[in-house]
Amino acid sequence: MDEIKKITKQLRAGQISRREFIVAAVAAGAAVPFAMSMSSNVFAAMPKSGGLLRHAITGGSTSDNLDPAKVLDMYMANVSFGQLRNNLTEIDSDGSLIGELAESWESTGDAKTWTFKLRNGVEFHNGKTLDANDVVASINHHRGEDSTSAAKSIVAAVVDVQADGKETVVVELSGGSADFPFLLSDFHLSICPARDDGTIDWESGTGTGGYILEEFNPGVKVVTRRNPNYWKEGRAHFESVETLYIADVVARTNALQTGDLDAMTRADLKTIHLMEKHPAINIVQSTGNQHYTLPMLTDVAPFDNNELRLALKYAIDREQWKTVIARGYGEIANDHPIGPANRYYDASIEQRVYDPDKAKFHLKQAGYDSIDLDLHVAETAFEGATDGGQLMQDSARAAGININVVREANDGYWSNVWQKKPWCASYWAGRPTEDWMFSLTYATGADWNESHWSNEKFDSLLLAARAELDEEKRRGMYSDMQQIVRDEGGSVIPIYASFVQALSNKLSTPEKVASNLEFDGHKNSERWWFSS
Amino acid sequence: MGFVTLVVVSIIIFGVVEFLPGDFSQAILGQSATEETVAAFRKELGLDKPAHTRYFDWIGAMLQGDLGISYSGRGASGSDLSRPVIDLIAPRFWNTIFLAGVAALIAVPLALILGIFAALFRNSIFDRTVNVFSLSAISFPEFFISYLLILLFASIWPIFPSLANVSDDMSLGERLVVTALPIVTLVLITLAHMMRMTRAAIINLMASPYIEMAQLKGVSPTKIIVQHALPNAWAPIVTVIAFNLAYLVVGVVVVEIVFIYPGVGQLMVDAVTTRDIPVVQACALVFASAYILLNLIADIISIVTNPRILHPK
Repeated sequence: MDEIKKITKQLRAGQISRREFIVAAVAAGAAVPFAMSMSSNVFAAMPKSGGLLRHAITGGSTSDNLDPAKVLDMYMANVSFGQLRNNLTEIDSDGSLIGELAESWESTGDAKTWTFKLRNGVEFHNGKTLDANDVVASINHHRGEDSTSAAKSIVAAVVDVQADGKETVVVELSGGSADFPFLLSDFHLSICPARDDGTIDWESGTGTGGYILEEFNPGVKVVTRRNPNYWKEGRAHFESVETLYIADVVARTNALQTGDLDAMTRADLKTIHLMEKHPAINIVQSTGNQHYTLPMLTDVAPFDNNELRLALKYAIDREQWKTVIARGYGEIANDHPIGPANRYYDASIEQRVYDPDKAKFHLKQAGYDSIDLDLHVAETAFEGATDGGQLMQDSARAAGININVVREANDGYWSNVWQKKPWCASYWAGRPTEDWMFSLTYATGADWNESHWSNEKFDSLLLAARAELDEEKRRGMYSDMQQIVRDEGGSVIPIYASFVQALSNKLSTPEKVASNLEFDGHKNSERWWFSS
Repeated sequence: MGFVTLVVVSIIIFGVVEFLPGDFSQAILGQSATEETVAAFRKELGLDKPAHTRYFDWIGAMLQGDLGISYSGRGASGSDLSRPVIDLIAPRFWNTIFLAGVAALIAVPLALILGIFAALFRNSIFDRTVNVFSLSAISFPEFFISYLLILLFASIWPIFPSLANVSDDMSLGERLVVTALPIVTLVLITLAHMMRMTRAAIINLMASPYIEMAQLKGVSPTKIIVQHALPNAWAPIVTVIAFNLAYLVVGVVVVEIVFIYPGVGQLMVDAVTTRDIPVVQACALVFASAYILLNLIADIISIVTNPRILHPK
């Protein structure tokens, strides 16, 4: 069968003809009809060029601009990162890291100094050839005291960026970071052309990406057309792309059903069962690291008591959350933020399940017979947060925990409730690396440490694992950290929520759709195509 | 009078906007707002000044025709591409006016004709049908009518698109096709009010002695209504028309959201969610001015067309 796999690959790449494929397949032991239908399948799955892709994304605004440092939500991520520009590195469909504008990279033994070798002969939309200065300027764009870049924390560890000739960039870090190339795949760190003074030209939208900017109408739509000189082989198939900002999920759904759209993000889970039946619509889901959390402030009583936190972790019915809140589009989680799409996800850690007796036991250990708690929720935390609170209210009652679900306004939720009220609802899109996720939300004193949690052993493991280049040792450390967060952390993490998108059946995707972000890691304009 | 109202409105707008929870710096940074970045942003935007200073700064600039600079478009590391509010609003305002204008061009004559005929054939089948139809249309909220139209004319019989996706290079014909459903929605929700008022005003006058005189002279019913009744009925009708025109401009917010039409209403909703205060304030002021102006015009027309008010004893 390996032989057949190999020739299938060759056929797909156009290295052998259909006739040669069938001959070779039969020689490898396949029956003739089987070989013929296989070759047809391969041809049906081969990307076709052309067409206008019209897709709708949420998270846009009239205040959007093309500055990669100001990409605050998914709409501009799709435009800036997914269409106009490239990064040094890219997360592939299967979650592994591949080079994008960087051809290769290596580090010193302490993972402190990283050398990136750039791809040769890549051109910007304006004809300028990419060189090391562009990369240096693009990274420096996010650095500095006064930077208001959303990626400031990502490049905080960078001490110095230097061009070494035209094709090599050397990055000096303040501490070892084995995952640094992963960080460079972040959607803020796109490469723009440098000006002579060392700043970048982001205003024109010029990049090295698969599509060239035609019309930029913030909060309404962006139109791009295919870059005829795109350096990637077999990517960017559409003739042009129209990216619409449609915040209202009902309007998105309508437009898709009436054929005014070809694809939409964030399908409405309330009506998903009807969409599934629609003959012209396919639902595409990818389960990544996006997870819902119920963070408790661990420096506020009674949540400073780990026994109480454990009681709550046992008092939630995860299976019920998965079927009711996520409508089946998700997986149950285990009270730590590392998801199945992460490299060092430890599936061997025992899955915590709903157990009112254990919840009661831990409540007793915490010194309570029964307790009244307020849980603050809003739909902006995640869709279904209010319903989820009520489900937990029911399931926790059996353990003597009385939860009062307080519904908060969406407006100002992130500034007035989150990290302010002792117990609330929140979510994380997840991060491609363990170090990133943990440093962002679980390290002592981190800005977004939403439960104000602090654990010495965890912190020292985090530092050690960051600079560790030995795969097996790292795996062990991250596994320990998942265990610690699961058993002592400040958040109830009930489920991973899939990215759920709805596509017209004319649109084809590769077999594996990336799960690091929605819409195939927001590379949909590059990776998808019209089959008819 | 209109000017005083506008000043009061401007104070209310400013006050209400002040009460919105959170501010631009928090809204734009969202979950990623830290104290430092928020403080840096506030300082840059002048949000650290007291409220009354900001009000007078704003109203002073407004009087000179300067709507201010939008908060949006501020880049990191010093680069700043923020756009003047006028540049954001102008194309959107033209879109809203287009939608409201076409709807008015259809709705006003239609309402007048239907109203006149309804008065002419009072209590006939025609009168009843028109009444039932227009009253049911006005009883539904506009989003319901919008969705109903989408269901019928975009989904079941796909004649018109459900997305009012306009662009600058469209011809008038294409534009009308794309915006057909929102226009019909607006016509339906404003028709009944104007039609009923026309009908009521004319019927009211038909009982007057001078109409009776005309009837006795043998003037045809159509002529009586058009030549004798209508001129005297203009005042109430014009008031209602102005009210509905103002509603067309101001009340399109919901319709614009449903059909994703890039008008001022949608701009305002987006600006509220991102706390882009200069844009919110300017939109509110534009709406208020349109409302006040149209009412002013209605008053003037009703005075001009009514000899009794025009020549007081």
